[in-house]
Amino acid sequence: MESIDSKTVRHVALLSRLSLSDKELEAQSRQLTSILSYISKLNEINTDAVSPTSHPLTSLKNVFRKDDLKPSLSTDDALKNAPAREGDFFRVPQVIEGK
Amino acid sequence: MKELYSLSAHELQKMIAVGEVDPATLLDAIFDRIGSLDKKVRAFALADKTKANDRLKRASEKKLGRLYGIPILVKDNICVKDEATTCASKILAGFRPTYDATVIRKLEDEGAVLIGKANMDEFAFGSSCETSCYGPTRNPWDLERIPGGSSGGSVAAVAADETIAALGSDTGGSIRQPASLCGVVGLKPTYGRVSRYGLIAFASSLDQIGPITKDVRDAALILNVIAGYDEMDSTSVDVPVPDYTKSLTNDVKGLRIGVPKEYFIKGLDKDIENSVKKAIDVFKKLGAKVSEVSLPHTEYAVSTYYIIAPAEASSNLARFDGVGYGFRAKESADLIDMYLKTRSEGFGDEAKRRILLGTYCLSSGYYDAYYLKALKVRTKIKEDFDKAFKDCDCIVTPTSPTAAFKIGERMDDPLSMYLSDVYTIPANMAGIPAISVPCGFTANGLPIGLQILAKAFDEGAIFRAAYAFEQNTDFHLRKPKL
Repeated sequence: MESIDSKTVRHVALLSRLSLSDKELEAQSRQLTSILSYISKLNEINTDAVSPTSHPLTSLKNVFRKDDLKPSLSTDDALKNAPAREGDFFRVPQVIEGK
Repeated sequence: MKELYSLSAHELQKMIAVGEVDPATLLDAIFDRIGSLDKKVRAFALADKTKANDRLKRASEKKLGRLYGIPILVKDNICVKDEATTCASKILAGFRPTYDATVIRKLEDEGAVLIGKANMDEFAFGSSCETSCYGPTRNPWDLERIPGGSSGGSVAAVAADETIAALGSDTGGSIRQPASLCGVVGLKPTYGRVSRYGLIAFASSLDQIGPITKDVRDAALILNVIAGYDEMDSTSVDVPVPDYTKSLTNDVKGLRIGVPKEYFIKGLDKDIENSVKKAIDVFKKLGAKVSEVSLPHTEYAVSTYYIIAPAEASSNLARFDGVGYGFRAKESADLIDMYLKTRSEGFGDEAKRRILLGTYCLSSGYYDAYYLKALKVRTKIKEDFDKAFKDCDCIVTPTSPTAAFKIGERMDDPLSMYLSDVYTIPANMAGIPAISVPCGFTANGLPIGLQILAKAFDEGAIFRAAYAFEQNTDFHLRKPKL
């Protein structure tokens, strides 16, 4: 585990769909470095023979409901909170090039 | 006679049942209190008297429920149909859920009256309620200080008698730490005990909704109502819900209480250490069997948490993209540009930090070193508790290493903020229940909390210990001067 430079933070920001100002980039890099250096404490523990725990309910297996027909959200309700709507669709800026 | 707003839910419930108190009068008293105090405390993101009156009317038309007429405030990350639900974030500006969270439905089925939405740290990222887009909530015991977080608004409102009870959510201590700092009762139930359906997700393997109340009996009453299996939450567990008030026996004779030596370390405030040790003496006097236990991986809990929680958060918060709901930035060149601008303008600094940290820990080349490593240490933390609970029924610890700090004090140093959850995080890692109850005051007059933990689904043991402690002390009866 190492510190995190601003180039890496910029890359991670793009993966996260965030754009950071130069000031934000500097502050986030500095703070993330200090957090990661604290976190590196975990290397003190040998976990070679340990299995991971992703959630506390160790006995839980896949949960399926019965495939019964039930009412679901109407199109109007699903679109009610959309910042932009066109007909029965969410409207977004152009995705592919051309007219 | 005491003012109506200062009473507990169980006191009011009895008075309402015999016609001694009219729920409409109670609701008026609460909104008068909010009107005169919330300019100072700023616990509410939304308070709507007209709608609360409508809700009371609807509650009166049905069979009168177990919480009939009791005003309740809910944290702003819990969905209420057609009511602004923002997680105190600009990115959810304008969002009005199309459905009620299961806990809302259950509370209203029993006649509780929703009075508004509580301020919180943005997306529950914080321990001070300072990262809210509405500005910080203040601690009713000292308005220059933070109330704790992230359920700071819910807790401050209960402490200031601006509501009778509240709901919060707890991912790493977000109910218990502020409850401790504001001198009220806050319970994080077992993971899976209360449905998370309609709770806007932060870290799905850790989040749990729980009650914030003036005393232990009220916490039991509310858990009775909100607990239980829900087919809308695949991680809710189908374990019968006992009547938790049956555990309020004021008898801890023979109860085995463990005290983990790893919790009494450098960084623990002296006043807090003394209060917690006195609390342990109270249990001894009442006949409990107190012994030392060991939770050797305690010192790794914060590191583990700050990998797992941001990793899950970065995934959960990917949905806020300006398409389906909430805020969208203006003037974008194309779709990617719209995502970048919307998320950069919509999220605050701490939310960005958690998203960056989580994405980094999950990214190719770092996944094994960070995320997988943390999941393995989580196993070790869970095993510590499994082992300790072979020798005891409950574990008692301080809830927070320090009392409420000043507003602004830790904002430039995220790591120091993260360390305020050092005692509360392990319960979320293991998925076990834990409560914070008032157990003293610092020399400056700031509240101190005692944390009591038990095995998964053994909230009964927690209620038994917490109630006996409360009945034999008077810390929960003191009120801030406002």
